[in-house]
Amino acid sequence: MERRDASRFKTFSRRTLLLGGAQMAMLSALVGRMYYLQVIESDQYAVLADDNRISLHLLAPRRGRILDRYGTELANNRQNYRVIMVPEQAGDISRTLAKLGELIPLDDGQRVRIMREIERQRKFMPVSVADNLTWDEFARVNLQSPYLPGLQLDVGETRDYPYGETLAHVIGYVAAVSEQDVDDNDDPLLELPGFRVGKSGVERIYDMPLRGKAGDSRVEVNAVGRVVRELARQDGEPGNDLVLTIDADLQKFTADRLAREISACAVVLDVTNGEILAMSSVPSFDPNAFNVGVSPEYWKNLNSNDLKPLTNKVIAGQYAPGSCFKLMVATAGLTSGAITPDHHVSCNGQLALGNAVFHCWRKGGHGTIGLLNAIEQSCDVFFYDVARRTGIDAITETANKFGLGHTTGLDLPGERPGLMPTQAWKKKNFHEAWTPGDTVVAGIGQGYVTVTPLQLALMAARLANGGREITPHLTRPAVMSDDSPSITPQLASLKQLAIPASAITLVQTGMNMVVNGERGTAKAERIKEPGFFMAGKTGSAQTRRITKREREAGLKKQEALAWEERDNGLFVCFAPVGNPRYACAVVVEHGAHGAVAGAVARDIMLQCQKLDPARRGTRGQVASGAAPATPKPDRDG
Amino acid sequence: MAYITYGRREGNLTIRQKLWDLNWGLVLLITATASIGFVMLYSVASGHVDPWAAKQMARFAVGLVIMFAVALVDIRTWLKSAYYLYVLGVALLVAVAVTGHIGMGARRWIDLGPLNLQPSEIMKIAMVLALARYFHGLSLEDVGKIRYLIVPVVMVLVPAGLVLKQPDLGTALLLVLGSAIIFLLAGVRLWIFGVAIAGAGGALPVAWKFLRDYQRDRLLTFLNPENDPLGAGYHILQSKIALGSGGLFGKGFMLGTQSHLNFLPEKQTDFIFTTLAEEFGMVGGLALLGLYVLILAYGFAIGLRSRNQFGRLVALGITGLFFLYVFINIAMVTGLVPVVGVPLPLVSYGGTAMLTLLFGFGLVMSVYIHRDIEIPRRPETIGL
Repeated sequence: MERRDASRFKTFSRRTLLLGGAQMAMLSALVGRMYYLQVIESDQYAVLADDNRISLHLLAPRRGRILDRYGTELANNRQNYRVIMVPEQAGDISRTLAKLGELIPLDDGQRVRIMREIERQRKFMPVSVADNLTWDEFARVNLQSPYLPGLQLDVGETRDYPYGETLAHVIGYVAAVSEQDVDDNDDPLLELPGFRVGKSGVERIYDMPLRGKAGDSRVEVNAVGRVVRELARQDGEPGNDLVLTIDADLQKFTADRLAREISACAVVLDVTNGEILAMSSVPSFDPNAFNVGVSPEYWKNLNSNDLKPLTNKVIAGQYAPGSCFKLMVATAGLTSGAITPDHHVSCNGQLALGNAVFHCWRKGGHGTIGLLNAIEQSCDVFFYDVARRTGIDAITETANKFGLGHTTGLDLPGERPGLMPTQAWKKKNFHEAWTPGDTVVAGIGQGYVTVTPLQLALMAARLANGGREITPHLTRPAVMSDDSPSITPQLASLKQLAIPASAITLVQTGMNMVVNGERGTAKAERIKEPGFFMAGKTGSAQTRRITKREREAGLKKQEALAWEERDNGLFVCFAPVGNPRYACAVVVEHGAHGAVAGAVARDIMLQCQKLDPARRGTRGQVASGAAPATPKPDRDG
Repeated sequence: MAYITYGRREGNLTIRQKLWDLNWGLVLLITATASIGFVMLYSVASGHVDPWAAKQMARFAVGLVIMFAVALVDIRTWLKSAYYLYVLGVALLVAVAVTGHIGMGARRWIDLGPLNLQPSEIMKIAMVLALARYFHGLSLEDVGKIRYLIVPVVMVLVPAGLVLKQPDLGTALLLVLGSAIIFLLAGVRLWIFGVAIAGAGGALPVAWKFLRDYQRDRLLTFLNPENDPLGAGYHILQSKIALGSGGLFGKGFMLGTQSHLNFLPEKQTDFIFTTLAEEFGMVGGLALLGLYVLILAYGFAIGLRSRNQFGRLVALGITGLFFLYVFINIAMVTGLVPVVGVPLPLVSYGGTAMLTLLFGFGLVMSVYIHRDIEIPRRPETIGL
């Protein structure tokens, strides 16, 4: 080795050692760093790693069914056949959609929506392509699925209302969660895509018990959020089934019967406990349409329709009760002592008060007439007189006890209170004194007085059960069985209203005469089947004021008027006479006469009694039994 | 056993002598390290040899053949061809700058059909050879003179600049730092290094202006990775989570959640150490580091035993490069230095880096085989 190289080697070897040392030091720093991350900070990073990989997915619970009193399904969950697409597997999306369009109807609007959703989401997230397919469509797509890349068939659940329009107002409907819903409630289920909540009817008011509790699934996800596997699963609690007091058969009958009218409603309740057996309002709507997303045309049609198909007229329709209110005037007069049971009034067809004249519906008048005949023949002048003697405040006080003038407490959203005026009320709202004329008009259920059909039915029920307090309701703890309390009603346990029994008996007798008496205003509507006799009261309420000129020119027959100018026809009733069990109120809008409503009520009450479970099996026996005696009309003059 | 000679072995060796003298211990260490890579590539592919492990094994086999071939070539031939290789490397870098294949937003490849040629890889080897040859010809006194340093500094800066322009910060860094090691070992005065480091520090603000946006982002996120966990800091953070959650003994083979659920970026290439340390813990990481240290030790020993300056500088130059790969990669995935694209040598998936390294180890072995050959300072005087 040459000398010069020896010196180079010396430098080289010295610096090699230096370099080696430096490298060892640097590698030691790496080891230190690893120790810091993997030993000292390890726990913290382990938590972060789990946060990364574990994701919680909510599982929607099955919504509870809604059943009628005998267990018939009124709302259930139907399998929803649908097609979903995973864009990343679909390849040419527009071609796949074109192919699908040959199998099932797929309009341009849907295509636009699908493409928009695909744009917005990650490519492995499924997008709903078509919902609520028929089994035929589903099968067709299934058969072709090898040629439809990226499309998957899926069976979800959707709410189904087998009775459709028949029960739409009672059951209501479910629809997609709105922002308002989320603000009102922090249930995590609301954030679940496709989740439905009750929007009206019992679906809304009993939404929480029907909804159930969310389950969850802990899944391992990768960095882009795709589910790799399920780690743990906790099934939620399905929603509770809800049992209604409704009798589906009677409900169907009622709705079908009402459908013969243009715009009407009816409600039937059990006078012994307040259970509502049927409640129907026509025209109605299809609740199934809301569930799958109502079409804009259908929605517009529902909202612009003058007959208000979305409104449950039984609880939200406020009508002048007309002559039906005379039952309350009579009860109030007797209760307050303003009249005695043998009070008589001479009716010459009109009553002059100051410079106003109030007419009786019967041009020549009824002559001298007592309470029972006044109810039977609905004499207006008699009740003008009773009302004046009793005074508005006492009338309202009694009417309030029977459930008028305030909401009844029914478990259904949207109930309205109606109106029972008082002197103070008028002063407060109109800054005018109450006039005797106001009282006279109220005496025949016109003027300020308004009621809902449910209130009328409740009034009839409380008259029928001897003045006992019941609250109308729609739900039962369980479906009917042989030992259900409503089979053997316990009237004695109900609270009594502070009304003398004699007054109620008298009014009941008057109601019996309305239907079964010789000159009753609803004579033509009497139930002829023995044992099923009904008692009731007609009412017709003007929907506009009759001018003096019209009256002088001679009143047109109601049938000659345009439909919307005709009077509303009302009828309240209970049955069977002698041992009342059911009460009913019917309102036929612009039905011209109470008799029109009476005919509807008769058919419903007859059907109701025929369907009465307490009589099932023993119907023949009862039918052959003695009919209750028709009370002798108390005829004077 | 006639060839077991512990004395000096000068002159031309036979193939049998050379094969016998191949450094089989080093071959074994390299194979063991590469095997760790195969196992990890098998793991990140969720228990499949495809798409990475099988290809990597094939490349390694090819690489071993190349390594042996390089090792058997006489060290003097390498000395002779050093400048030619350097000129070829620079020419290819210029070519790639003109007609490069666009990949990963940076121009780095020349497409040669089945092979993507990465001139910057060739440059790493060529740079070591060329600088070793240059300093081989300088006496210690000459090395101490500034004017003799102008040529090698230009030799470094031209290719480093070209690579930086691609832009490939990682390779440029490796070229400069690898060259600095050769300068150091050749005997360049230590104060010159001090001046160079100070100069580089002063030039930083200027360099900042020339950095690409993504390079600036990487530097900024390195300084504060948690600032933007879903943005640019995501990679470093996820890598640290993987390492940390691996703990001392790891989550078990193929059970690394971070890598298998794709939270790790580039899990088969630059971040493969993270997967190893997640699945086998700190113990696994240390085992690999141990192998690297042994390989480095071989390189140092071979360099120190060589009787010619060219061999020494080549052996230590290659070993130094290897060290830089290891250090920068691991420091990067543990969040000690910014993310620069430097693979983990012999382990990360990738053909060119594997071939470059095995070619380099071929040179180191050639240095070992021809360790006793003395080469005069001016080899052209003896016809080289």
